[in-house]
Amino acid sequence: MAHAAEAGKRGRTRTGVSKAGGFSSDELLRAYREMLLIRRFEEKAGQLYGMGLIGGFCHLYIGQEAVVVGLQMALKEGDQVITSYRDHGHMLVTGMAPRGVMAELTGRAGGYSRGKGGSMHMFSKERNFFGGHGIVGAQASLGTGLAFSNRYRGNDNVCLTYFGEGASNQGQVYESFNLAALMKLPVVYVIENNRYGMGTSVERASASQDLSKNGAPWGIPGAQVDGMDVEAVKLAGEVAVAHCRAGNGPFLLEMKTYRYRGHSMSDPAKYRTREEVQKMRTERDCIDTVHARLTELGVTEPEIKQIDDAVKQIVQDAAEFAQTSPEPDPAELWTDVLVEG
Amino acid sequence: MRDATLVEAINAALARAMQEDERVLVLGEDVGKDGGVFRATDGLLARFGPARVFDTPVAEAAIAGMSVGLAAQGFCPVAEIQFMGFAYAAIDQLLNHAARLRTRTRGRLSCPMVLRTPCGAGVHAPEHHSESGEACFTNIPGLRVVVPSSPRRGYGLLLAAIRDSDPVVFLEPTRLYRAVREPVADDGTSLPLDRCITLREGGDVTLVGWGGVVPEMLAAAERLAAEGTQADVIDVATLVPLDAETILASVAGTGRCVICHEAPLTGGFGAEIAARLAGPGLFSLLAPVERVTGWDTIVPLSRLERHYLPGVERILAAARRSLRHG
Ligand SMILES: Cc1ncc(C[n+]2csc(CCOP(=O)(O)OP(=O)(O)O)c2C)c(N)n1
Ligand SMILES: [Mg+2]
Repeated sequence: MAHAAEAGKRGRTRTGVSKAGGFSSDELLRAYREMLLIRRFEEKAGQLYGMGLIGGFCHLYIGQEAVVVGLQMALKEGDQVITSYRDHGHMLVTGMAPRGVMAELTGRAGGYSRGKGGSMHMFSKERNFFGGHGIVGAQASLGTGLAFSNRYRGNDNVCLTYFGEGASNQGQVYESFNLAALMKLPVVYVIENNRYGMGTSVERASASQDLSKNGAPWGIPGAQVDGMDVEAVKLAGEVAVAHCRAGNGPFLLEMKTYRYRGHSMSDPAKYRTREEVQKMRTERDCIDTVHARLTELGVTEPEIKQIDDAVKQIVQDAAEFAQTSPEPDPAELWTDVLVEG
Repeated sequence: MRDATLVEAINAALARAMQEDERVLVLGEDVGKDGGVFRATDGLLARFGPARVFDTPVAEAAIAGMSVGLAAQGFCPVAEIQFMGFAYAAIDQLLNHAARLRTRTRGRLSCPMVLRTPCGAGVHAPEHHSESGEACFTNIPGLRVVVPSSPRRGYGLLLAAIRDSDPVVFLEPTRLYRAVREPVADDGTSLPLDRCITLREGGDVTLVGWGGVVPEMLAAAERLAAEGTQADVIDVATLVPLDAETILASVAGTGRCVICHEAPLTGGFGAEIAARLAGPGLFSLLAPVERVTGWDTIVPLSRLERHYLPGVERILAAARRSLRHG
């Protein structure tokens, strides 16, 4: 829908404070801090993986931070979030504890799933985070169900349902679109288009390249948004969320973003050039952009460094916790399969 | 003859099948350009071209359904599902269409497709990436279910599966992909799809299983031999149709049977073998049938994985229990 895209553009003001929907310096500082937390957290996770402390799969979110940070800024208490296995950033912005997330990555008892779920499978009922899902595309219909509960209860909460552009080719995504449009469910479908689904580029996987139109047959309004620009993301998110809260049914946001790292930790990286990655990092990085904006607004380097240091501290603490928290008891194998007693 | 791992043997069988029959097509997520998550289809795109080796979007239901359509037109699609946990979305098409095409058309159409997928634990990832869901397929009449457990058997069984005119679910144990190398003759010789494979003859106790536990059974047999007990070791290899005769004949000689599989106990395919033993095999038995399996729980993350997997020690303990009877 045109107005979300326009709102996104308006958000990209380069000067002044809080102009025409642009961020105030407080908002910018918040966005900077949250994006940086995800970046540093993920870098640390990558290191721990390299040290053999994280088993199996670990999908890093580096490069895409502006998407979850901007969208979370458009939410209110009680709104739900659900996503795929590339979920660390989503969890951190909903307010889940970095310690608990990192300890789950290392499979320790102090992790959100007590060391049984790992990187892909964490939940927080308190923070309204409904996973972490390893089945590509499955969360689209799960999120539709979460949204249904909001409508049924008569509240104005919204469910943010994230999935990748690769996932957007799964059949149940379209079954969900139809259902949500038919029943006017308050769900914002967020396609995080980072251009690749494992080794397959979006051009090689999707017949249509404007994924924001994927809900058009059901009349679902959509917008393509610069997902590297946290201000544009937040503004588009506000439009989408307002649409849902007002009872108008679902909204679709296509976030044009990019992942810097491999799909998971072992990635043949044959599908794109190093130059392509480098170009995005140097020209479009979401954190660098906000850093530059802060400087423009007169925020000093020492002030920024204070944030950097605080973030570093949080991540260091999480990493230490994740290495010292005990391993799960073997008896945990049998817990929580069916209700006990 | 060259030394190959299981995954290399799978690759060789795919190439051989494509070479000898141009109706053989390979499809799936990242099977072309990337050569598959485990490199099972490496090099096939370069050799046979994009018309015969093609990447699909992430769409398991359509991958399976499209394969049925291709097969109905006489092609032999070999579809790869990246991990068994993603094959469940394909089960609808397998159960309701692939497995029933021959029956519904009273033999006028058949469905010579193969659905390959890695199975079992071994990559230290929980759930979908470590599933042993063979029992979900073995209860579907009209499907063959095959699980290789060595490079040579991988080669011979996959060739047979591709040449077979019925749908075959081909489950490749992830942890065996690169576990060993052995000489594999790439000469186009297939193995029968309705036979258990006896790997060792002993006469004192029968160890029977498939997939990832087969090397564990062989290791247990070595240890038993050192204790003076000789085990028969049988790799079931093709679960459906089940070659019960080979198992029953072994147990007729030993009177004792330990059934091993990685899948959970309850409703696992081992229960089918136990039922055959309790029926036609009953009067051969000198001891209760033992089952050494995964637990009735969800495969956990790596730190608990070793407690989940049935290994040599549990197989040995079961064999010794069995030997104490009679
Ligand atoms: C049903 C299913 N099929 C296949 C996979 C294997 N797989 C994991 S991630 C992925 C690519 C998904 O790409 P996208 O949706 O773009 O998400 P991204 O990884 O880029 O965040 C695939 C095919 C899976 N996890 N689930
Ligand atoms: Mg993607």
